[in-house]
Amino acid sequence: MTTPILSIRDLTVDIPTRHGILRPVNGVSYDIAAGEILGVVGESGAGKSMAGNAVIGLLNPPAHISAGEIHLNGTRIDQLGRDAIRRLRGKEIGMVFQDPLTSLNPLLRIGDQLTETMLAHLDISQSDARKRAIAALEEVGIPGAAQRVDSYPHEFSGGMRQRVVIALALCAEPSLVIADEPTTALDVSVQAQIIALLKRLCRERGTAVMLITHDMGVIAEAADRVAVMYAGQLAELGPVREVLAAPIHPYTDGLMGSTPLASRGKDRLHQIPGAMPRLDALPAGCAFHPRCPYTQDDCKANPGPRIEDGAGRAACFHPIMREEVA
Amino acid sequence: MALVSIRNLTRIFDVSKPWLNRLIERRPKALLTAVSDVSFEIEERTVYALVGESGSGKSTIGKMLVGLLRPSDGNVDIRGIDLAHETDAARIESIRSDIQMIFQDPYASLNPRWRVRDIIAEPVAARGGDTVGLAERLLEQVGLSARDAGKFPHEFSGGQRQRICIARALASEPKLIVCDEPTSALDVSVQAQVLNLMSDLKDEFGLTYLFISHDLTVVQHMADRIGVLYLGRLVEEADPDTLFDTPRHPYTQMLLAAAPKLDGFGREVAPPQGEIPDPINPPPGCAFNPRCPLAAERCRTERPVLRDVGGSRVACHFAE
Repeated sequence: MTTPILSIRDLTVDIPTRHGILRPVNGVSYDIAAGEILGVVGESGAGKSMAGNAVIGLLNPPAHISAGEIHLNGTRIDQLGRDAIRRLRGKEIGMVFQDPLTSLNPLLRIGDQLTETMLAHLDISQSDARKRAIAALEEVGIPGAAQRVDSYPHEFSGGMRQRVVIALALCAEPSLVIADEPTTALDVSVQAQIIALLKRLCRERGTAVMLITHDMGVIAEAADRVAVMYAGQLAELGPVREVLAAPIHPYTDGLMGSTPLASRGKDRLHQIPGAMPRLDALPAGCAFHPRCPYTQDDCKANPGPRIEDGAGRAACFHPIMREEVA
Repeated sequence: MALVSIRNLTRIFDVSKPWLNRLIERRPKALLTAVSDVSFEIEERTVYALVGESGSGKSTIGKMLVGLLRPSDGNVDIRGIDLAHETDAARIESIRSDIQMIFQDPYASLNPRWRVRDIIAEPVAARGGDTVGLAERLLEQVGLSARDAGKFPHEFSGGQRQRICIARALASEPKLIVCDEPTSALDVSVQAQVLNLMSDLKDEFGLTYLFISHDLTVVQHMADRIGVLYLGRLVEEADPDTLFDTPRHPYTQMLLAAAPKLDGFGREVAPPQGEIPDPINPPPGCAFNPRCPLAAERCRTERPVLRDVGGSRVACHFAE
């Protein structure tokens, strides 16, 4: 197996507060290979964005990485200084955030923002940069790119703005793109366009993509593998077909059951009882055990098992046995 | 007789610049038609869902229905009384308490300085009704504890807040609740809890919902009848099974094809073309014609009317 583009091992993020240490990310390990889209799903507060921010060195103090390692293309990056990680951002790691309007500078023309990024990271001339900016806009499907390169962000619609943000993320040809809820603010038809665009660019360039979202449908259509997070930990990790169609972690199973898509018809939706625990009140043992229908004594006593090597399947003492069900 | 009957409802917003700017820049007035000639009926004890993308006018219809906005043209009749045109104050008052609303953002729709008890009892207290024990009873009905009545909104999670909003909506014993994206701000597992609660309460209290959402899967689960809006116009109306099995309007077909599927692993769809046009200068004829694969000359000149096609109502020249 080739070296993965991104390799996260045992990543832990701590936030020290007056009332003790909160741990929004707790021992998470996963890999992303070249040309692969890894979907990271979970509900609010599961730590999915926090893990993404840790990779690009954008944790807001006092949050910090307290344990674990992050490797990008074989180089360890979690201990880099501010300036070094700044050079990585944009060059090696592209970013696409949820709200395309706040990711763009409203006072700068689109073209200037693109050329600025390219000039900062690539050794090219101003006129080359402008040519490449136009080419980048054409590639993400903006009609009349040669004219629109001199437009301001407010002159674009939401979907077009997100295309510009994607062009911006990809213009320095990074090996990894972190897309944090890239389609959540968009309408269904525009969402389909953006997802298709991300998939195409990732395939053509061999870029690794970390797609963070809460939308199971988007994951199913876009991702190759999926990582399900719960209360800061990885609950289940595996190929998207297996995890979504036949989940073996009880949390994934409950999550899939509660999507209206899964229960077509007029029956009640499946409910997971209770709510995700707050970070300052995590239960002892497996974090999911108070809500889990299969809880046994060892789930309450021992901290939940972990997916250590980025290749395991479910972090559960008693995963659902699919063979028995069938 | 239908509980709610909406006829030729239209709402136009004036989004012009101030008159001096218009004078200097020689610009005409800019009028945005948010809702254009929409008619439908909601039967008692059913769920009518309005779906559409942003800018389709679904929230504007909801606001006109509860009386937060006045229609520019057309009527909203609730139990035969038209809120916007009725002059008899007693008749207006008689249906006001029959209508309630649940909003999208449970963080913005609860007053942070009020205790939950006062928030829930307000619709009754404002009319001088008896509120003793009311909040406690309603809290238990929506799956919270009677002890929560003394707390403030910040002590609750998003899902719990939405339950408080539902309890408040139930306080005046309404017949009709307009729910504007009630679960869009919630996580999937919490959304399932809230949707189940809303179904239970509907059966228990004999409620009628106008359910406004952009999420096709939620609508499919909840609705008895679905209206699809595009650029302020009703383009298709049908029951969920018909709509999802045989969508007849090209826009509905496009919307259904674009919606992510849970079993659509690696699905390659041709993504829909184009975006919603500018509502200030909508295209002539059928509003969908610039994006429609079937568009012909007639579509660019003549606006299609809603007509009955096999159990649905469709506004398309080519639907059959």
